[in-house]
Order: sequence, then C-alpha cells, then structure tokens
Amino acid sequence: MRKVFVKTLLELAQKDERIMLLTGDLGFTVLEPFRDAFPKRFFNCGVAEQNMAGIATGLAEAGFIPFFYSIVTFAVLRPYEFIRNGAILHQLPVRIVGVGGGFEYGSAGITHYGLEDIAVMRAQPGITVIAPADSAQARSAILESWNLPGPVYYRLSKDDRTVVSGLNGEFALGRAQVVRKGKDVAIISLGGISAEAAAAAEKLLPLGIDVSLVVIASVHPAPREDLARIISGHSLVFTVEEHYINGGIGSLAAEVIAENGLSARLVRLGVKQGYNGVSGSQGYMKKINGLSAEAICRAIQKSCRDDTPKVKLSRKAV
Amino acid sequence: MRKSNDFSGKIRKIIIEQCKRANVGHIGSALSIADLVGVLYDSILKMPADDHNRRDRFILSKGHAALAVYAALFLKKMISLEQLNGYCADGSLLGVHPEHFLKGVDFSSGSLGQGLSFGAGAALAARMQKSARRVFVLVSDGECNEGALWEAVMFSAHHKLANLTAIIDCNGQQAFGYTKDVLSLDPLAQRWRAFGWDVHEIDGNDPKAIKDTFEALDFSSGSPHAIIARTVFGKGVSYMQSQIKWHYWPMSDAEYQQALSEIKDNE
Repeated sequence: MRKVFVKTLLELAQKDERIMLLTGDLGFTVLEPFRDAFPKRFFNCGVAEQNMAGIATGLAEAGFIPFFYSIVTFAVLRPYEFIRNGAILHQLPVRIVGVGGGFEYGSAGITHYGLEDIAVMRAQPGITVIAPADSAQARSAILESWNLPGPVYYRLSKDDRTVVSGLNGEFALGRAQVVRKGKDVAIISLGGISAEAAAAAEKLLPLGIDVSLVVIASVHPAPREDLARIISGHSLVFTVEEHYINGGIGSLAAEVIAENGLSARLVRLGVKQGYNGVSGSQGYMKKINGLSAEAICRAIQKSCRDDTPKVKLSRKAV
Repeated sequence: MRKSNDFSGKIRKIIIEQCKRANVGHIGSALSIADLVGVLYDSILKMPADDHNRRDRFILSKGHAALAVYAALFLKKMISLEQLNGYCADGSLLGVHPEHFLKGVDFSSGSLGQGLSFGAGAALAARMQKSARRVFVLVSDGECNEGALWEAVMFSAHHKLANLTAIIDCNGQQAFGYTKDVLSLDPLAQRWRAFGWDVHEIDGNDPKAIKDTFEALDFSSGSPHAIIARTVFGKGVSYMQSQIKWHYWPMSDAEYQQALSEIKDNE
C-alpha cells in the first residue's frame, strides 16, 4: 500500500497545490517520487514526530493539506497529544500516515509494532480512521478521503502485493465491505489482516463451516449499521485484527452487539499477551499470536465444536 | 518600579478584577506577561480582523495565562464586556486556557510545549504562501522543560523561519518551585543561541524595551527570533511577586483590594 499511497498522492498533488508531504525521517526508497516531483512541498522533519504533528497543524491552519508519514507507532503514539490538541481539536485537514500496523515490522520488535493505534485513534471524536485491506482499497480510500475537512489517520501496510479476493478496491466511509456471504459464522476483519481471514474462510468451507467475511477499513466513522445487519444474521461472530484485543474492532463489534441487543456470541481474535522479547517475521508473530490463517481456522473450528450455545451449522462439520 | 504603559496597566486591572470575580488563580503568570501582551496587541500585531492571509498569528503557548490575552482582546474590542465577564463561568468560551473557538484566538493551548510547533508550521505556511504575516509565540520558561519544544526550536532554525518570534517569559517560576530548583534552564539565552536563533535578552516588564526590540527585528530573512524576556512573576502586586503560591492561589477580599490599589498607583 505504500507505493500506491505515494502514487496516488503524486496524482493528487499535481492537481492540488495545497498537498504537502512531511516525514519523520522514514520512507527511504518509498517517498522519493514525491520529494523529487515537489521538492518545495516535501519536508523531512527529522526524527521529531511531535514537532512534525505540530508543524502539520500550523500548515493546515493556513490552508495546506499536509500528510505526515512514519511507522504506525511513531506516527500515532509518540505525537498522540499533539494530534489530539492540534489537528483534532482544531478540526484541520492533517493526514496522518502510519505504515506497518500490527507485526509488520516483525524482527524489529515491540518498539516498531502497531498494536494499539486503532484503539487510541477511534477513541477520539473528530478524526477519520481508515485501515485498508489491500492496495486497491487503499487507493479508493485515499481518493474518497483526502479532501475531508477534518483530520484523517491512514493505517497502511508495507505490503504492495496482497489482494483480498472479492474486495475489488471497494471503499466507502462508514460502510463495511462484505466480500463473502456464508451461512454459518461471520468473520469481521480489520484492514491488512483480511487476506489471512479470507484464507481461513477458504479453508473452513471444505471442513463444513460456511463463513461470511466482512472487511472493516472505515474504522471511524464505524460501519455500525452494516455490522448490526451482518451480525444479526449469525449466531457466532469472530473479529480478527492485528492489534491488541481491547479497543479495536473486537470492541467495536461488542459495542454493536450490546447496543443493538443482538444475540450473537462474539469471539475476539487479536493480540492478547504482552511482549516477552521474542520476535520474528510478521508471519511468525501472527502464528504465535493465533492470527495466521491456520490459527484463525482452528479457533473457529474449536468454537463451533466446543462453545455453548452451539452454533447450528448448515451442514455437518468435518 | 518601572511603570506599565496605559494598555498594560488596563490589562493588569482586568486580570485582577476577573480573577477575583471568577475566584480563580493563575494570577501571577498572567501579570508577568501583561507588558509583553500589551505591547504586542497595542503596537506590534497586525490583525485586520478577517484577513486570514495577512493577519499576524499570535500563539499563547503558556495557555494558563490566557486572561492577559482576553483582556487585550477586550481592550481591542475583539470580544465584548459580556464575554469577558464570562471568564471561567459555566458555558463560557473564555476558560482558563484559550480556545480557538473564540474569535481572536488562532490556536488553542494549555498543554505546554506544543505552541512553538504550531507556530513553526504557521510560519512555514506564511513563507510558502509568500505572505508577509508573522508569527509570535509566547512560551514560559518552565515550558522549556518540554523536550518537544526543542524539536520546534531545531526545525525553525534549520528552515530559517525569520518570520517566527518566540518570546520566552522568564519569570523564574513554575507550578511547584523556582525554575532554577526544578530543572535548571541556565544559560537560557546561550542555549537558544546555540540552537541557531537570533536571541535578544530584555526586561520583559519594560514596555519601551519590548516595543523597541520587536520593531528592530528583521522578519524577512535570517534566523528565527527569540526574545528572552526577564519578567517578574506577579508583576504589579507586591505580595504576589516571586511567590510560588500565586501560580494557583485566588485572592481574598483584602488581597483583592490591595492588589487593585497597587495596580492603580502604577498606572
């Protein structure tokens, strides 16, 4: 999604001179096309993300649309209070671009993981939060949101290749995308991990479990009506997110279930444990945290088999 | 004691009256910047009300002294007496810290260490838009404890934001002690200078010195400007001066009468 982000931003910047790009000294081999095309609208603010968020606020107040770029945790957590008291409080069109949600920076370890960004960002009224599932959806999401009057947070993946089948680049603010309709259980997945959830759904079908798969990319505004409708059609619902278990879309689904008086049981799949110093590739980290396609499959099979009340499957599970 | 000019004297009187009416503190912090704010609003800031492009920006980064700015906005007829009398009342836009929802305030503040970054962005924007507008950010000395402030200091010097001026209200105090005892800032002027700023050290309670210094600055090229303004905390009210408790304390009736009479004597 990084490449499509820069490509799309370049196209927009050619048409609209308000667009600027700031970076906290990250984006080597990614941001150069923008830097080279618009050297006067590109600023490397140095390793100083709080100031970068403040600079963006001052620029936006004067009419610019500054995008500021860093790794998720450095884009969100380090300057969080600047974002809160700056772009959000003043309702200015600052764009926060965080790259590498979840475990995407694998062996770099916990300091580089993005595991609570969705929770802290969706807690704030007045900011749009977008976590695309693949590059095509990222492009649609940027095109739909770049000119919003208030701030936007984009949680983008480094992965430029993964495609979530059935998504077809669809995106709409406040809507969820149903990429697969099944009769038995529903999976609701957050952004970048949707491909794992889709693979899990594929694996479960021959095992007798027919899965609905719903992608949430518009985290805020949240697709509450879509979720209520989809959840009410299932008795067992799973949320899948490369994020801590509390505060993300699992919590969102729980809110929708409770506030609408729905009867579905919810199983939240996400990161449950604190960090113990052990790292590895993103695939490895997903696996040991129960978020690989296989682990998602196993969790769903187990819930279908063991949990009560029992789910009535459309056919006998293998 | 050097006397305030008329405008700053009026600001002081409003500070005392409003703090008593609302029964709130932060009096000493507001009094220490009365001369700085007075000169800025009366003589320096170009603020044609609705010209967003040309209007200078002023950011009170030490937001807890907002009453001094409200007083200046009132004296410049940018807010009404009714609004001013709503200071710290239920449902008022005039809280302890300034909010941009109030006309005349460009940036909300209250969390120390953020205003200079906003101001550096605003100054960069002005330069990119080829506007002659300038940006003034008033920070406190205690605020220089904040690491993020120094990020903005570096950025502004690196990009030679000559249209940006930081005014450091050096009253030597912060909420829980004297700055020299809490986290020593000395030598403050040398520090700003070492970071590449054009530094001027002045008596921050001397309106003439303040005005002369601002008027001599070159906002068109060179380094950003830092005015190290040596001020007296609680300036104008003898029993408040340099006393830590007047960071938060409200006045009794007797203290109020004494404060009013001392300020009147110095007008």
